[in-house]
Amino acid sequence: MAEEFEPKIVAFLCKWCSSAGADLAGVSRMEYPPNIIPIQVMCSGSVSPLYIFSALSQGADGVLVSGCHPGDCHYMKGNYYARRRLALVKKLLEYIGLEPPRFQMSWVSATEGVKFTQLIKELVKELQPLGPQTKLRRNF
Amino acid sequence: MRRTGVFVCHCGINIAGTVDVKKVAAELAKYPGVVYSEDYVYMCSDPGQNLIIQAIKEKKLDTIVVACCSPTLHETTFRNVAKIAGLNPYRCEIANIREQCSWVHREKDKATRKAISITRSIVEKVRRNESLEDVSVPVTKRALVIGGGIAGIQASLDIANAGYEVILVEKSPSIGGHMSQLSETFPTLDCSQCILTPKMVEVAKHPKVKLMTYSEVQEVSGFVGNFKVKILRKPTYVDADKCTLCDECTKVCPIVVPNEFDMGLTGRRAIYIPFPQAVPATYTIDEKACPGMFDTAIACGKCADVCKPGAINFDMKPEIIEVEVGAIIVATGYDLYDKSMMAEYGYGKYPDVLDGLQFERLLSASGPTRGKILRPSDKKEPKEVVFIQCVGSRDPELHWPYCSKICCMYTAKHAMLYKHHVPDGQAYIFYIDIRSGGKNYEEFVHRAVEEDGVLYLRGKVSKVFEDNGKLIVWGADTLTGKQIEIAADMVVLAMAIRPSKGTDELAKKLKIALDKDGFLAEAHPKLRPVESMTSGIFLAGAAQAPKDIPEAVGQASGAAAKAVAILSQERLFHSPTVARVLKNLCTGCGMCISVCPYEAISLKESKAEVNEILCEGCGTCSASCLRNAIQVKNLTPYHIQEMIKACLGG
Repeated sequence: MAEEFEPKIVAFLCKWCSSAGADLAGVSRMEYPPNIIPIQVMCSGSVSPLYIFSALSQGADGVLVSGCHPGDCHYMKGNYYARRRLALVKKLLEYIGLEPPRFQMSWVSATEGVKFTQLIKELVKELQPLGPQTKLRRNF
Repeated sequence: MRRTGVFVCHCGINIAGTVDVKKVAAELAKYPGVVYSEDYVYMCSDPGQNLIIQAIKEKKLDTIVVACCSPTLHETTFRNVAKIAGLNPYRCEIANIREQCSWVHREKDKATRKAISITRSIVEKVRRNESLEDVSVPVTKRALVIGGGIAGIQASLDIANAGYEVILVEKSPSIGGHMSQLSETFPTLDCSQCILTPKMVEVAKHPKVKLMTYSEVQEVSGFVGNFKVKILRKPTYVDADKCTLCDECTKVCPIVVPNEFDMGLTGRRAIYIPFPQAVPATYTIDEKACPGMFDTAIACGKCADVCKPGAINFDMKPEIIEVEVGAIIVATGYDLYDKSMMAEYGYGKYPDVLDGLQFERLLSASGPTRGKILRPSDKKEPKEVVFIQCVGSRDPELHWPYCSKICCMYTAKHAMLYKHHVPDGQAYIFYIDIRSGGKNYEEFVHRAVEEDGVLYLRGKVSKVFEDNGKLIVWGADTLTGKQIEIAADMVVLAMAIRPSKGTDELAKKLKIALDKDGFLAEAHPKLRPVESMTSGIFLAGAAQAPKDIPEAVGQASGAAAKAVAILSQERLFHSPTVARVLKNLCTGCGMCISVCPYEAISLKESKAEVNEILCEGCGTCSASCLRNAIQVKNLTPYHIQEMIKACLGG
């Protein structure tokens, strides 16, 4: 059997909830595939659409943005902005033909290590059959 | 090009067990700009720290990356190390290769590759970091405590005794909170008022405490060390200095409304003192009850007529008082869950179905029956009493999922005290589990069972209804598998503990978060349990989660210590990773101003300007700026772009 495709995923995790949730997954010794590279940001609201395009153009097979649950933002409302802004980005990406699973948003709190683990497992499972992302990848 | 050093920690086998740390160090040594790379068994140990200091000095490093555990743990440690070695602390960054790498993966190859990618991206970040100096602000050496229950009283006393001024705001006419309503307290059976009232008096008489009862926080602005608070002082219409507490006014007042202190079991007049030991000891005219307040045509003025010292003043007006404080403690306490949600237990329909606080009033020597247990309906002594626990708690389908924590203990106390009052009566307790964690708590429950013959039945009650003067309780005993029917004289419901009414509005004013159940959210469930997520605002008591008196008092002292730690500073330092405006790019469109959660940005000469003291560095502004004209220091789009590139390369 051919070796399964290993997607490269860039994950923007907010410092207060999702990165802390990812830390909890570690502390609780859960296991998920090593395909994500986390980049900690202060708030999901600080994730510019440019970061997502940049990751995809530089060869990411998937991008994840994860913040605090709506209503639970450390900065009160940053994740509401993220939700609106990134919903548009998602539509745009789908419109130009990117497979929907390649860009995902999620809400993971500091106590949801299990949810984070589950999320990454599912994300990798969804991306594997799609193979490498070439739609936005620059030729280099 | 910067001279970056990379220090890879083994963390014993915590990292080294799944990540080939030698390989990470070797690969990073080849990375452009990295001039030194080393691994060590425990970087956070003294020899580890010394190794870093030495390398910085010898190799003339100007930036360092420590690849180790989560930055929430040792970022401060290693930034201090950098500082000792003469670097600006912001020239040090942490690559999290433990929690987010070695601990969650099993395949060494892949985990090592990931650790290399993470560390490379942090190298890219750190080399773009600027040297920053902490933002410094002066401190107002005064605290505000919101809520005058036992937690608020304790916090106020602790801060005042440390030598700082305290403003204690309470929305009702007297301090004391729910503890003043209780009869005895578990597990010692101390009289609640006897241990509370000395503290009430002490706080009211303390020269450093300014007590503001019948007052509410209306508006809060500012930030840690420098809050500005507007407090609404509602008119009591009684001049406390003139009032001699002769009680003539209540004798002539024609209006009777339910008495909140007795949980509606008795009535009170429109002019009233909440309870005999109230602090401040004075009367209040309830403007919602007194017709004189809204319709002068039927204002009777009888109270004013009989008041010899002339203490009654119908012209008193609400006042807004502005205060400046350096720290705020929120101790707004709890209310019981709305009993009308429990139609199946007949609350409101049958007068002899009571909640826990009503039963406390029946037990209390100062209560409506002077401590005799009598049914509200016919004033007869109940011979069979059924107590139901977890009413509205531990019920995720219909009500609240959490455990209200104190009900197991107070129900055991209720049943025990009932037996002390009515030795020939029988107490039944329906429970799901008995949770008696706490010093001497388990022994207390045993005492209820063994000495007082309280009958515990494991199961839930499905229905309470009246039949022939009795309250028929239908329940199940899940241990024997039998249906149970008890013809009771009284039913007492251990209602779920809820955050007190208005907690959500207050949280909005304070800009602090609520948890999923509506309680005030702490900054970290284990390590920062008395802090809110807004710096300078602390939590105490049941407003944060259901808790008993010792826990509330303990948390209050903890919150007070945290507040004092702020008040004792001359100046406070604030993270300098705040937003900055690149004036040449800014068009003054104001988009950043509209999204800033802290109102930290304003327009000055058609360009955005950031108030560094207000800015928390969330970066929401930077994502909204069309021209990248506003950026968070040390996490600019440029930082992120290069981090993305580094983690995808190779």
